[in-house]
Amino acid sequence: MAIESYNQLLRDYVELGKEEMADISGPEVVRVENLRVDYGGKTAIDGINISFKRNNITAIIGPSGCGKSTLLRSINRMNDLIPGAKVTGKVYFNGIDIYSRDVDPVFIRSRIGMVFQRPNPFPFSIFDNVAFGLRVNGFKLSKSELYEKVKDALVKAALWDEVKDRLDKHAYSLSGGQQQRLCIARALAVDPEVLLLDEPTVSLDPISTARIESLLRSIKDEYTIIIVTHNMLQAARVSDYTAVMMPDENMVGRIIEFGETRQIFTNPRDKRTEDYISGRIG
Amino acid sequence: MVAETTSVEKLKRSIDRRRYMDRIFYILFLLSTLVSTAALIIIFATLGLESFGFFAHVSIVEFLTSTKWTVLFAEKHFGVLPLLNATILTSLIAIAVAAPLGVMIALFLSEYASANTRSVVKPLVETLAGIPTVVYGYFALYFVTPNLLKPLWEGLQLHNALAVGLMIGVLIIPIVASISDDAMAAVPADLRLAAYAVGSRKSDVALRVVLPAALSGVSASIILAFARAMGETMIAAIAGGFRSILTFNIGESMQTMTAYIAQVATGDAPHGTIEYQSLFAVGLFLLVITAVLNYIGIRVVRRWAIKY
Ligand SMILES: Nc1ncnc2c1ncn2[C@@H]1O[C@H](COP(=O)(O)OP(=O)(O)OP(=O)(O)O)[C@@H](O)[C@H]1O
Ligand SMILES: [Mg+2]
Repeated sequence: MAIESYNQLLRDYVELGKEEMADISGPEVVRVENLRVDYGGKTAIDGINISFKRNNITAIIGPSGCGKSTLLRSINRMNDLIPGAKVTGKVYFNGIDIYSRDVDPVFIRSRIGMVFQRPNPFPFSIFDNVAFGLRVNGFKLSKSELYEKVKDALVKAALWDEVKDRLDKHAYSLSGGQQQRLCIARALAVDPEVLLLDEPTVSLDPISTARIESLLRSIKDEYTIIIVTHNMLQAARVSDYTAVMMPDENMVGRIIEFGETRQIFTNPRDKRTEDYISGRIG
Repeated sequence: MVAETTSVEKLKRSIDRRRYMDRIFYILFLLSTLVSTAALIIIFATLGLESFGFFAHVSIVEFLTSTKWTVLFAEKHFGVLPLLNATILTSLIAIAVAAPLGVMIALFLSEYASANTRSVVKPLVETLAGIPTVVYGYFALYFVTPNLLKPLWEGLQLHNALAVGLMIGVLIIPIVASISDDAMAAVPADLRLAAYAVGSRKSDVALRVVLPAALSGVSASIILAFARAMGETMIAAIAGGFRSILTFNIGESMQTMTAYIAQVATGDAPHGTIEYQSLFAVGLFLLVITAVLNYIGIRVVRRWAIKY
């Protein structure tokens, strides 16, 4: 192969744009095969097989400690940052194994963004928060192009109307719900293909939660979204597909059921899913 | 019944004893605090009192504006500017060395070093502040000036401000590194994760997130280090010489405020003379400047501490 590394290959893909990439990989953006993650020798999740379809929202639900965050972090190599974490198995992103030796995890993370449980804006202005990813990724943008990108991300994150007159204000002057939408805008600004959200509304009030849910629905045509949630109703409201995780007898997290959200909630195949959804477990 | 009374008695005594001990500790802690506060007050009072004698002879305007300091000569001028100038120049050189190095060390320690490396490097850096300053002084005079600087700068004098500033710079690196490192450690891990999640490299995280987020702590470290540089005496006295002339040539000998105090205090200026009093006036002036800097530094540290 003329291309020396996957790294280069991935860079080339970005230049091709999304349509060409769809040809390469079909509707599947991320495919996880036989994934296992250990922390300092203790297995957290094992035997994970799942794939995520383009322009769909997939919810991952399950009781606390079953490995939802661990699975999510495996998809954009955030587990690399945890000392002692060891990932085995495969995660394919557009058909490319992101754990193969030549793949640059930094590049993967710029294509697969992440939003965390607690809003964590930088202690900078609103504008600089959103522009951050564009700057570190070295996009050569003029001032007005940068402004347009920032605006675009804030519009998608349903925050633009509230902040358009005070982009230079400190991010900490925003409410918790606004801060979380700012974090979503920050993730969207670099135009990732996949957006991972780890219980993004758990610290927010119902109105802020509803805002975020509706914005996720409104952007799903442009992104592939994977959301971890403790909130069953949230999974039912926003997602197209749902994966249910549960620890086995050795406390190793596994996916016990995966399917269309409607089916999971109305007609679960696994008894444990039924118990969990009806509130008898977790 | 009897047994019950004694146990109640016992309990009561134990409570009394603990209450009593509590009181004693309180007084002990209070006294320790008072002693150090008192020391500060006495120092200020002594300096103030003796300076009073000085300013009875010399106008404050002359003190602050005259460009000649010839207190130890027959024809006396009392302008503190040459001494102040030497102090500020050497401190600026010192901070030019210590600020970038200290901040880079802090970034290395907080962002790059493993726990093991950190546990070795941090004490090592802090040792720099523990070396007796007299060692820095003669190192500057007998090594830095002749072997490192002289080959590069022909006209350099044996005693010079440059070598003094450089050595003070090394001395105060740990102040910058240590306080900056603390400030960086206080930056929430969340922010680093957020930065990585949009495709940051380690250097982006260090320079674009951690450094700006810790900026008030870093600034405070630099202000405090500057105050420490201004107060440094031994290095200035040994390697800077006793030439109290207003000059901006850092290759020349110049006397700092502290070096002047050291010179007079180790000489035999008789009690009550103007030479003797001048020492206190200079001391008070230095103390006021460094106290203001320290105050600003501590304020800035506090502002950073409550941010998260
Ligand atoms: N950084 C870590 N170091 C060591 N063990 C970890 C780490 N993160 C998670 N674990 C372990 O891995 C298992 C799965 O944790 P994980 O955080 O993925 O669960 P979760 O489903 O996201 O839980 P929650 O709903 O409480 O967020 C747990 O047993 C946890 O103790
Ligand atoms: Mg979690």
